[in-house]
Amino acid sequence: MSVAITGIGCVSGLGCGADEHLQAFRSGRSGLGKVTLFQTKLQVPVAEVKMSNEQLKDQLGLDPDRLFSRTALLGMTAGKQAFQDAGLSKGRLRIGLISSSSVGGMDLSEQFFTEYSVNPGKGRLRMVAHHDIGDHTECIADYLQLDGFRTSISTACSSSANAIMFGARMIEQGLLDAVIAGGADALCRFTLNGFNSLMILDKAPCRPFDESRTGLNLGEGAGYLVLQSEKSLTPGTKVYCRLTGYANANDAYHQTASSPEGEGAFLAMLHALGKAGIESATVDYINVHGTGTNNNDLSESTAIKRLFGEYVPPFSSTKPFTGHTLGAAGGLEAVFSVLALHERVIFPNLNFKTPIMQTGLSPVTRMREDQDITTVLSNSFGFGGNNASLIFQK
Amino acid sequence: MDSYSVYIQSVASIYPEGEPVEGRFSINEPDYKEWIKEAGSRRRMSRIVKMGVTAGLQCLQNMAVKPEAIITATGLGCLADTEKFLQSIGSLNEELLSPTPFIQSTFNTIGAQIALLSDNKAYNSTYVHRAFSFESALLDGMMQLQTGNADSVLVGAVEELTPTVFYILERMGAWRKFPAGEGTSFFLLGNEKTHQTVARIVAVDMQRGNFSKDQLTQKRSDLLRRNGVSDARIVSEEMFKPICGEYQTASSFGLWYACTQLNGNGFVLITNSWLNNYTAVVIEKFTKE
Amino acid sequence: MDQLKQELKEALIQALNLEDITAEEIVDEEPLFGDGLGLDSIDALEIILILERNYGIRLTKPEEAREIFYSIDTLADFIDKNRKK
Repeated sequence: MSVAITGIGCVSGLGCGADEHLQAFRSGRSGLGKVTLFQTKLQVPVAEVKMSNEQLKDQLGLDPDRLFSRTALLGMTAGKQAFQDAGLSKGRLRIGLISSSSVGGMDLSEQFFTEYSVNPGKGRLRMVAHHDIGDHTECIADYLQLDGFRTSISTACSSSANAIMFGARMIEQGLLDAVIAGGADALCRFTLNGFNSLMILDKAPCRPFDESRTGLNLGEGAGYLVLQSEKSLTPGTKVYCRLTGYANANDAYHQTASSPEGEGAFLAMLHALGKAGIESATVDYINVHGTGTNNNDLSESTAIKRLFGEYVPPFSSTKPFTGHTLGAAGGLEAVFSVLALHERVIFPNLNFKTPIMQTGLSPVTRMREDQDITTVLSNSFGFGGNNASLIFQK
Repeated sequence: MDSYSVYIQSVASIYPEGEPVEGRFSINEPDYKEWIKEAGSRRRMSRIVKMGVTAGLQCLQNMAVKPEAIITATGLGCLADTEKFLQSIGSLNEELLSPTPFIQSTFNTIGAQIALLSDNKAYNSTYVHRAFSFESALLDGMMQLQTGNADSVLVGAVEELTPTVFYILERMGAWRKFPAGEGTSFFLLGNEKTHQTVARIVAVDMQRGNFSKDQLTQKRSDLLRRNGVSDARIVSEEMFKPICGEYQTASSFGLWYACTQLNGNGFVLITNSWLNNYTAVVIEKFTKE
Repeated sequence: MDQLKQELKEALIQALNLEDITAEEIVDEEPLFGDGLGLDSIDALEIILILERNYGIRLTKPEEAREIFYSIDTLADFIDKNRKK
């Protein structure tokens, strides 16, 4: 039993919607730039969504005076696209919403905390009422007037891949007919300082899979897919492709570092292939996790080589375009994987020059058009060894 | 699709075992060294991580299985570390921040640490949706078993009460019905009834909305009827929250309470509500052989 | 030098929360990482903070630190030669 992808929605530093993303990929234009959303001393490139909260609210037709976390606004923006793209409407189908995030309303909590830390009686409560991860999911559900099943997942940087996986399983088990699944994360001081304290932020644009890589760039955004059961499809329904495989495995090696042999990544990819019932040679393109950190890229390359042997399919990391969007990354990259199949393209891995010495793998560096691709693998790995892989097929 | 039954094989909970002090309950802290033996593993863990990991390990104790999924739930996650890191950004003005509270602040830390300490590379996920968090995790675990994807699954919830969240939620009026609480409860689920089996999970239900008492009663009797249960004892939040206090994942304690504190056997319906999130879990309790 | 080593051991115990270890138990020449004291990559980051806060020494790449952080001996030696405070 497979799950059909009938809608996609995305917003990131590259723009809003699939067309703006494709344009950016084709022209090689990265979304990286300076931090403008908040005051910070940290001089590092980030990929901000180039719209203020006011602009996002305006575009969504929301009351400008109502307070939303930026994560919720990004989630509503991409969620709405996916919902409309699939032509979903209330009534006929049991529609679920499974969203994910790593920081939720942290942008507002930071503002609250500044006042609160001086005086616990201070701080506007409505700023911190949006702190929890569930808040952004509820905002999307309210906005799309969904009253059915909803839940939220947070497994660091693999969050939205796990949301998509859970959505697919609920459909397969007959619990829902359609699911909007993905994730959203806004850039905030908390994560920027967090990754800075780990000394893995690159002061230059990140160089995934390059020998000279020194770290990642953060980004923000949201990406959602509409998953539907085969039964729920009507003759007119547009189907982009199908989610045929997925798996989640834990590296069980270290709280933050990936194991040298990439065991968790290897198992996630291997079991995803197993679920899809295909051989590794069937994979035409891998949208790798590829953050640009020393540790991830070496570990991921090792896992890829273990699984694919000598015949590693074309692969690329889209993070030099979007930055690492953390909880949203799996959702955004799932959208990109669907687009790769639909548009028959392979996205370039910007800023790559020299392969990693130990593994020698070279990603695709130029946009490839008219590709005969039928199977795409998308990897999302996170802190806590939470690794997830998704397989999309035409 | 084949559907297997879901059994609760083992339970563990760390909960307040005294009266609330100034409107807040605190868990009765076990000796964490007994459960997380290596000092090296313990030294970075905040209180919530230690309590969650300990309850998870207690639940696995004496059970001759290695779970094929570890699924955790938390409404607000690792708050103490989140607050600590937020505080340091301000007080140190973004310079020379210690990374430890940041890496331990992620919501999946407890599930990840249980995997790490028990060398478990299986499926691992964390649900974080207010009062649906625990029931979502439970649903995921049940689905893993029903589809035959796993033969045993560890599901648990964990919440810590920090002074900050106590004061903030107090200002929001969250502790009007019950004192503020905290705690962690874990359940080892399996698909075969054994002599250790505590109960069978019949159904899990999550409803969002502002329902009247009558509507809720109706929804609960519908749930029982849909699952072919004619009569069930009710474990309501009025029964378990005076013990564990109010928190997003308190219903996990409700399930623990129903499994361990009720005499006899038969069907039990555990109900909970928090800010327009209503949940119900139906179990069939067994008398231990 | 002995005072610096003692100071370092106490700073490590505090910053890394090495609750079951006393300064006397840390052997000057034994490895801090891996099989020795069992420190890892996160601890390396915390030691980098100690160097900067307490001795005004700035290391920007954790990889550079591998040899410097080998043992209390190597660490003290490096601090002694490079300290700004």
